[in-house]
Amino acid sequence: MSDDRSGGLKGQLWETIEKSDLRIVVFTLGFVYILFAVLIVLEQGASLDTVNPIVGAWRQITFLAAAYGILALALNLQWGYAGMFNIGIAGFMAVGVYTMALLSTSPDAVSGMGLGLPLWVGIPAGMLAAALVGLLAAIPALRLRADYLAIVTLGLSEIIRLTAGSRDISQWTEEHLNFATGGGSGISLPDRPTDPIFETATGEALIDLFVIEVAGEEFELVSSSIVQRFTWVVVMLIVMLGVYWLLLRIGYSPFGRVLQAIREDELVAQSLGKDTRWFKIKIFMVGCALMGLGGILWQGSQGFTSPNDFEPVLTFYVFIALIIGGSGSNTGSVVGAILFVGLLFEAPRRVGSVIDARVGLDGAPGTFRGAVEGLTSLEIMPLLAYTLDNLAPLQFVLLGVVLVVLVQRRPQGVLGHRTETAAAADLTKRSPRGENNE
Amino acid sequence: MATAQDSGGVFEELSKTLRANPGLVFVLLVAVVLVIDLLARFAGQEIPLFADRTLGGDLSVARFGSLVWEGIVIGLIFGLAGIGLSMTYSILNFANFSHGDLFTTGAFTGWGVALLVAGFGVADATAGYLIFVMDGRGPGPAEVGASIVASPLAILAGVVMAAVATALVALVLDRVVYYPMRDRGGIPLLIASIGVALALRSAIQFVYGSGTRGITDTQGIVVDVRDIIELIFGDVEASGGLLGWVLDASVNLHRTTLVVVAVVLIVALHLMLQRTKLGKAMRAMADNKDLALVTGIPTERVVRWTWILGAGLAGVAGYLYVLERGAMDFNLGWFLLLFIFAAVILGGIGSIYGAIAGGLVIGLVHELSIIWISSDLNAAAAFAIMILVLLYRPDGLFKGVTTA
Amino acid sequence: MSDAQSVEADGSASEEVPLSGADIEPDEEKPLVVENLRKTFGGIVAVDDVSFDVEAGTITGLIGPNGAGKSTTFNCITGALKPDSGTVRFQGEDITGLRPDVVANRGLVRTFQIARALDEMTVLENLMLSPKAQLGEKMWRSVFPVARGEVIAQEKELREQVWETLEFFEIDHLAEEYAGNLSGGQQKLLEMSRAMMTEPDMLLLDEPMAGVNPTLEEKLLERIHDLREQGYTFLLVEHDMDVIMENCERVIVMHQGTVLADGTPAEIRADEQVIEAYLGENI
Repeated sequence: MSDDRSGGLKGQLWETIEKSDLRIVVFTLGFVYILFAVLIVLEQGASLDTVNPIVGAWRQITFLAAAYGILALALNLQWGYAGMFNIGIAGFMAVGVYTMALLSTSPDAVSGMGLGLPLWVGIPAGMLAAALVGLLAAIPALRLRADYLAIVTLGLSEIIRLTAGSRDISQWTEEHLNFATGGGSGISLPDRPTDPIFETATGEALIDLFVIEVAGEEFELVSSSIVQRFTWVVVMLIVMLGVYWLLLRIGYSPFGRVLQAIREDELVAQSLGKDTRWFKIKIFMVGCALMGLGGILWQGSQGFTSPNDFEPVLTFYVFIALIIGGSGSNTGSVVGAILFVGLLFEAPRRVGSVIDARVGLDGAPGTFRGAVEGLTSLEIMPLLAYTLDNLAPLQFVLLGVVLVVLVQRRPQGVLGHRTETAAAADLTKRSPRGENNE
Repeated sequence: MATAQDSGGVFEELSKTLRANPGLVFVLLVAVVLVIDLLARFAGQEIPLFADRTLGGDLSVARFGSLVWEGIVIGLIFGLAGIGLSMTYSILNFANFSHGDLFTTGAFTGWGVALLVAGFGVADATAGYLIFVMDGRGPGPAEVGASIVASPLAILAGVVMAAVATALVALVLDRVVYYPMRDRGGIPLLIASIGVALALRSAIQFVYGSGTRGITDTQGIVVDVRDIIELIFGDVEASGGLLGWVLDASVNLHRTTLVVVAVVLIVALHLMLQRTKLGKAMRAMADNKDLALVTGIPTERVVRWTWILGAGLAGVAGYLYVLERGAMDFNLGWFLLLFIFAAVILGGIGSIYGAIAGGLVIGLVHELSIIWISSDLNAAAAFAIMILVLLYRPDGLFKGVTTA
Repeated sequence: MSDAQSVEADGSASEEVPLSGADIEPDEEKPLVVENLRKTFGGIVAVDDVSFDVEAGTITGLIGPNGAGKSTTFNCITGALKPDSGTVRFQGEDITGLRPDVVANRGLVRTFQIARALDEMTVLENLMLSPKAQLGEKMWRSVFPVARGEVIAQEKELREQVWETLEFFEIDHLAEEYAGNLSGGQQKLLEMSRAMMTEPDMLLLDEPMAGVNPTLEEKLLERIHDLREQGYTFLLVEHDMDVIMENCERVIVMHQGTVLADGTPAEIRADEQVIEAYLGENI
């Protein structure tokens, strides 16, 4: 992002980009793609062999960005549109994934046990279940202060995770109901619906697209497993687009107008005759259903899931993504998701491996103490080496600091304050007849 | 005559309350069933209900007693940590999600010093190794002698350090993070505290490492009550009866230390709140911030002391929790955060005595619930109670009973 | 602005609705009847046994010093607060303790003492919010293709009404401005036009002139009189004696939670109790 501030030609470029939401998203994703291509080339050098890891990294980023994008959009619907502060996202995702799994996993799976129903039953049922649990939380939430709702949803999300991890419940349902969560050891999941494509000629043709001939020999530019998994990412992107469209429709409508009024001042909305309770319940349910869907597309597509996939910290990541982009803005949700995944989540590790490959720091001390003891003899290398070895915790320090700084200094997110007009028609236009009426 | 009338009045009052609150009737009904079930279990009786369901079973009184004791011990930890959360919630007006990590901060800094004092002069134990809470290879807990029996002074030094270091960390965090946001609403502050929680926890992980480590030496910490009594009073001749039962019991000295330190701190806090000007100002601010502002209470000073006391107690709680548990890692407080919230909510946000009482209730629920439900759901039971209280008694269970 | 006759129409319609436990005949002449209203906060009695009524097609003033209980009375009437006891009847129906949105939908709409414009919405959006029972307030209608067509058509119709209302209140030049950017006086006008867009039968205005400059105040009063002539009923809470005395047919004086006096401006001016309560102020 460093080159957008310097005015002149670059300033013009930024202006052009800023005019269209699609362009903002594409530019951000492109920027992150280039960044990672550069990082990987720096790490592994430029050759045909680097194409595969680059595409692999792109796939990973796009996958997570789409997942966080869907979740941030769902959160935006609840928090950005209606001001409902839900920090139980991980729990609603778990409800979606586990319901889908219990219905659609094969009865003789390695771990856990499902009814073996098709996915077109499992996925909608997962969303419905998440929406119903959302209803359960929303009805009392109407009476609660925003911070109490936060604690209730966090508590609920932990109850869901603990229930999914309970071995006793799993054993009981296995005996009596023919399905089981597998408790703490998790549950196997059905295959991605896109996988069978690759057993057909179309799929093989798709893989062959990335096989080129180098010096008379066939060379696999991008491995077939990455192509296969990228196909699933495309599905997720399409779903994200669908969610985006749904939110736009909801936002640009009388319904969205009432939601916005509720967020700003609920008593005003009520005093104008709006029964705000129903608006809040509906939006909370839809948001939770979308969180369930996000979970299904993300953790639900990995062949296996366990309660560990739904720790509360996941919820906070979604919040960071949304806050980066700017709560209230749909485009901001997507851009925030890309920036979060690209810059905060994946990049530090990449940068670490670049430094590792370039500088080659061996013999890192096993403890921070060892690193600091090096400092006393004016050696900085042990500290650097230790830091590179322990980037994961530092990365979370960075996440925390970014969150604090954003809330303190830029609560409206990087895209600034973007208010999308809450109406289904252009309000500024007047039909000629209307003017004649005067 | 008068008493009879009074009790009649009480009864009427009670039946009126019950009629107005069908939920309460349900809660009482459940409580009665549980008590009957418990008594049946003590008697080793099974009472058939329907199908293959029964009430009762087998549970020894001794086992029940030890569960209650464990509940009280863990409850005191929740309560001690909850005091600070409750104070910051009411005085600064936000739910502090980084409170659990202040708890962890206390545990690590406190044990660093405790180990340093205890392990002083032990071969192969460098000061760095001890300060960083045995982060690498080195002598184990037994060699360092980290127990109340081997080095009581070290354990107490750790208590002081846990309080001081945690309070300092909290003051710095307040200055950097929360102070610039004083006039913002509860939600931005809550979100900022989530950021602080992430950063603080990961910083602890970066500095102290990720591994779970055993800390305390348990040799000789379980002693017979008879031995202690005899140590103090000389030989005691008693067997059978209640006295005999007490004498034949044994106690865990680490738990006892925890309980003693916690109770001393709670009493000290109580005196401070009731007797000193600062304490009165704090109570006034927790009660009604606007009014306190009007009456000219120095807000920032009260806020500073709120952090010092609240974080200090959280730090000590974290330290004592490790004393009891014997092992620690950087996730310690994060995992307990929701329990601490539960304690505060049960006690009523802003109430210090409520937080302690709430902590005890949550501790007892956590331990005793395994009599009735699967042990992998006892945490869920505590959270469920928290949610129910938030929904039906958002001012806490003891509303109208407590005074502060 | 087509429902000048709606007060009478609704008044007669309400006769068919059986009254809940009330033995008083619905009074077409008195759309709002407040009886023995009482509200306490903790131990403090904010409103104590307040009774009054408002006649149709009038501008009635409710005055009193700070802390007299005017705003609390207002909040109890409109459902923002639940009174401890007493009844509020609107157009013959008991509306005591109903939710604010239900009260508003019955045709009794309020504005706020401190203007509560929806800051991050434009003036147009603010007004578009008001019309009752919009098709697009059902989420599915706003989402699904065919139904959305109807929603858009209705939006276009309402848009015309909104512009007309903005012109009537002479704030059409601010239409695309965010409400938060408006001056205090403009926000008061916005609030009133927003309330008008709900097509109410009666308006409760809580200090509509507070913080409004004299030019705008003139304009606001003009609008209120225009609307009164069209048949609307107003209950005005005001601080400013002059405004009330000059513009209201009837004045209710509150003092320390009770009604001190109730009559025409001339009667109020001559009331000794009022003079005593306002000692030093020139009534």
